[in-house]
Amino acid sequence: MPWGEFKDIAAERRLFQRRTVVMLLLVFGLLSLLIARMYQLQVVEHDIYTTLSDKNRVQVQSVAPPRGLVYDRNDVLLAENRPVFSVTLVPERVGHMEQTLAKLQEMLSISEEDMERFHRRLLEPRRPFQELPLRYDLNEQEIARLAVHRHELPGVEVSAELVRYYPHSELTAHALGYVGRINRQELQRIDSVNYAGTNYIGKSGVERFYEQLLHGRVGYQHVETNARGRTLRVLERENPVPGEDIRLHMDLRLQRLAHELLDGRRGAIIAIEPSTGGILALASVPGFDANQFVTGISVEDYRELSTSVDKPLFNRALRGQYPPGSTLKPMLAVAALDSGVTTRDKTIWDPGYFQLKEGGRRYRNWKRSGHGWVDLKDAMAQSTDTYFYQVGVEMGIDTMHKYLSAFGFGEDATLDVSGALSGLAPSRDWKRAVHNEPWYPGDSVNLGIGQGYMLATPLQLATATSVLANRGNWAEPRLLKDIKGDRSIDEVLPIGSHQSIELNNPDDWEYVVDTMAAVMHSSKGTARGAAKGAPYRMAGKTGTAQVFSLAEDEEYDEEEVRERLRDHALFVGFAPTDDPEIAVAVIVENGGSGSGTAAPVARALFDAWLLGFPKEGEALIVGEPEGGSH
Amino acid sequence: MAAGEMFNQSARHPLSGSRGIWSALHIDPILMLLLLALIAGGLVVLFSGADQNMAVVKAQGIRMGVALVVMLVFAQLDPAVFRRWAPWLFAAGLVGLAAVLLIGVGAKGAQRWLAIPGLPRFQPSELMKLVVPMMVAWYLSRHYLPPRLRHVAVALVIAVVPMAMIVLQPDLGTSLLVGVAGIFVVFFAGISWRLIGAFFAMVSVAAPLMWFFVMRDYQKQRVLTLLDPQSDPLGAGWNIIQSKTAIGSGGMDGKGWLQGTQSHLEFLPESHTDFIVAVLAEEFGFVGMLALLVLYLLIILRCLYIAATAQDSFSRLLAGALTMTFFIYVFVNVGMVSGLLPVVGIPLPLISYGGTSSVTLMAAFGVLMSIQTHRRMISA
Repeated sequence: MPWGEFKDIAAERRLFQRRTVVMLLLVFGLLSLLIARMYQLQVVEHDIYTTLSDKNRVQVQSVAPPRGLVYDRNDVLLAENRPVFSVTLVPERVGHMEQTLAKLQEMLSISEEDMERFHRRLLEPRRPFQELPLRYDLNEQEIARLAVHRHELPGVEVSAELVRYYPHSELTAHALGYVGRINRQELQRIDSVNYAGTNYIGKSGVERFYEQLLHGRVGYQHVETNARGRTLRVLERENPVPGEDIRLHMDLRLQRLAHELLDGRRGAIIAIEPSTGGILALASVPGFDANQFVTGISVEDYRELSTSVDKPLFNRALRGQYPPGSTLKPMLAVAALDSGVTTRDKTIWDPGYFQLKEGGRRYRNWKRSGHGWVDLKDAMAQSTDTYFYQVGVEMGIDTMHKYLSAFGFGEDATLDVSGALSGLAPSRDWKRAVHNEPWYPGDSVNLGIGQGYMLATPLQLATATSVLANRGNWAEPRLLKDIKGDRSIDEVLPIGSHQSIELNNPDDWEYVVDTMAAVMHSSKGTARGAAKGAPYRMAGKTGTAQVFSLAEDEEYDEEEVRERLRDHALFVGFAPTDDPEIAVAVIVENGGSGSGTAAPVARALFDAWLLGFPKEGEALIVGEPEGGSH
Repeated sequence: MAAGEMFNQSARHPLSGSRGIWSALHIDPILMLLLLALIAGGLVVLFSGADQNMAVVKAQGIRMGVALVVMLVFAQLDPAVFRRWAPWLFAAGLVGLAAVLLIGVGAKGAQRWLAIPGLPRFQPSELMKLVVPMMVAWYLSRHYLPPRLRHVAVALVIAVVPMAMIVLQPDLGTSLLVGVAGIFVVFFAGISWRLIGAFFAMVSVAAPLMWFFVMRDYQKQRVLTLLDPQSDPLGAGWNIIQSKTAIGSGGMDGKGWLQGTQSHLEFLPESHTDFIVAVLAEEFGFVGMLALLVLYLLIILRCLYIAATAQDSFSRLLAGALTMTFFIYVFVNVGMVSGLLPVVGIPLPLISYGGTSSVTLMAAFGVLMSIQTHRRMISA
């Protein structure tokens, strides 16, 4: 059919125009629908979508406060913060976790331990969108490599965080303690808001005790992020309040000297400033590098530390509970005088042993031949066991317990020393409760020379010595000297509750100090060698603690006993005698005799503190060991 | 014939003073102006939607230049040429679609392109957007209008065959536009309202059958996601939630050019292609959306005017169908981005980044200009 034929052109046009009107109506109708839809979204529901849009782009991030710094008394930095770069993953934003980890493993060296730890953390409860660290301490090459591949790795970030660093770690590990990753138990204990941005918490020592003070208060920032979670800009920020910087009583020079003096041995030194109770040195040797604990120590390194026979992780100064031996005699001398069991003039005959009754067990003096007639001063100077056996029995357990408790034995008398143990000051009730036996006179005999059940930590010995140096006035041992900011130390340091020891005759203090000076300076004194040539007067007492006990008449030769079974060498003392500035307790494990090993250590500390620290290269130990002591 | 004198343009044309030049160039100045305004505005929005990537804007500008040239070329041809060539073009188009199904190339699980050595890659399905309404118009205009049932049936077959071949690629969006173009011709031809009623009854029966036997899983997912975007907020629902958020947060005045957070922070997907209207809504607000829709409306009004005043049935049917197809682009795209319709891959005409559909659209406007500017005595 040819086009145009038989057609009613006008009718077709009208029909088309009618249809066009219908289409126009359709166009108007549908466009109105679109406009209505836009009005609904953009005007009516505008607020809802604005909120959604802001929620999309704005996120609240916590900003961890920088941890407070720790200084020694001379403002030498002991604990600081340094930036460490680590690679972290936000599991919510990582598409394929295993793929991403495989890729990262190609780029960085990630140990199996890091992997394991990461997987463990992945399973642990955590905040949503929290960054999980995979590896710490990236080097610059690794950071660059990650930056290049950043777009392939959604959810992977290189984050810089301030991490605790102990510049003198080996020296201060036991005194300061260390921080570590917050673990699950701690997570339940801490204020989750204030720790929202914090990954570390004080695990031990000062770091643990003053956690609140050092931590500071968390800050916040509102950041704009894109759909992949990258932070684009900070919209609003409330700065964190940094932790307080604190100053300790500790003197790093003394602390270092203490470590050097014990170098190659196992032992502990505590030095206290008697007037304040401030701990000047707290050394437990061998120490360890606390820095490896901060970001998580490897299993291998930890095994090496924890299984070492030298027990470097063991804090001997606070937690080593030793029989105090003869170092307990000055406190017992105070007790004996004040309780009237003995007087300054009273003398006894020492045949070399003590018997409770005729023909009974012989308690031996360390000098088998005996010291003959001795008074209290002689007994102190020569450490005559026989004398103290007798006054021990005569005082009885109740009296001894009363006085020993007053000197702080059997309790943790410290104000802010985390983890200090309380030792054991035995009593009648204690023995009944624990051994279900009465207190025998023989127990009192042993306690008279600081043996038997009695246990004390080096810190307790130093504390008691400090109280004695103070003539009975208590100043509880403490680490914190002051806070560098505006805050007063009274807010954070617990208040000591110990009563001063009041003697019936206050002059007895001077007398006992004299007897201790005789240990150092008299011709019979067990530690006379260690005090030789000193330009000041010092007081002290040597001691030896048996590692294993000997049968009554058994002889033993030091040389034959394996080194680790040798006696522990102990010494307590203070100087100068009239206005004491330093009181110390020294224990050298398996050191042999207190006079030969421990006393010269104390002398070196006294010299350094009173006369000035030795220059490098100078001999540390002065004097010679002379004579044995018990 | 005397009736031809009624179409003396100098008496009716509003721009009679410059009629001569425009007529010689075969350009409709009003439509041209509106299209240039749309394209220019589109490039401004694209700069923002493509995250200020000037290279994208340049590429799009070049494409639009090419599309304008194509439009002018089509405008030079007499409508009679389209009519004469319609059956041959249709046959060629069907061969092309068959070739795509057999040897086509493409990506993302769809074969849409034909790469014949020596020729630039092209999509036969795009060509069909023009050729199907031409073919249907050619066929129906050969008979009395309104068409009889028999002719309607043949016309629908002409539309449905290429539509089915395009669905198989699969390309639901294009298939829809091709089918719609053919159906609009049938509607403009004057198909009776009873038949239209019957058709909608059929669709309501066919829809469930389509659902179970024809639609692919991803298409079903799109429908389901439309009904409840929250059911899959990170997967299929993400696009709709984010685009609605972008539109809604724009408010009355918008956040300002280049200030849209949803698009610039990469929450809004496809922000320079199918979802670009959300960028405009976010940055220019309700006011901007209103301006855009009014601009589209003006274009459609002008085109319908051209159709209504065309000289012969073929031209009228073709012009009407092409105009309404253009409108369907706008409605489906804005409808899907604002969450009224399921997400089908239909770009915002002349604004979304992408070449092929812009060229086809401008070619259609070329056809319209051709119809407007090639007037003569009907008996000629």
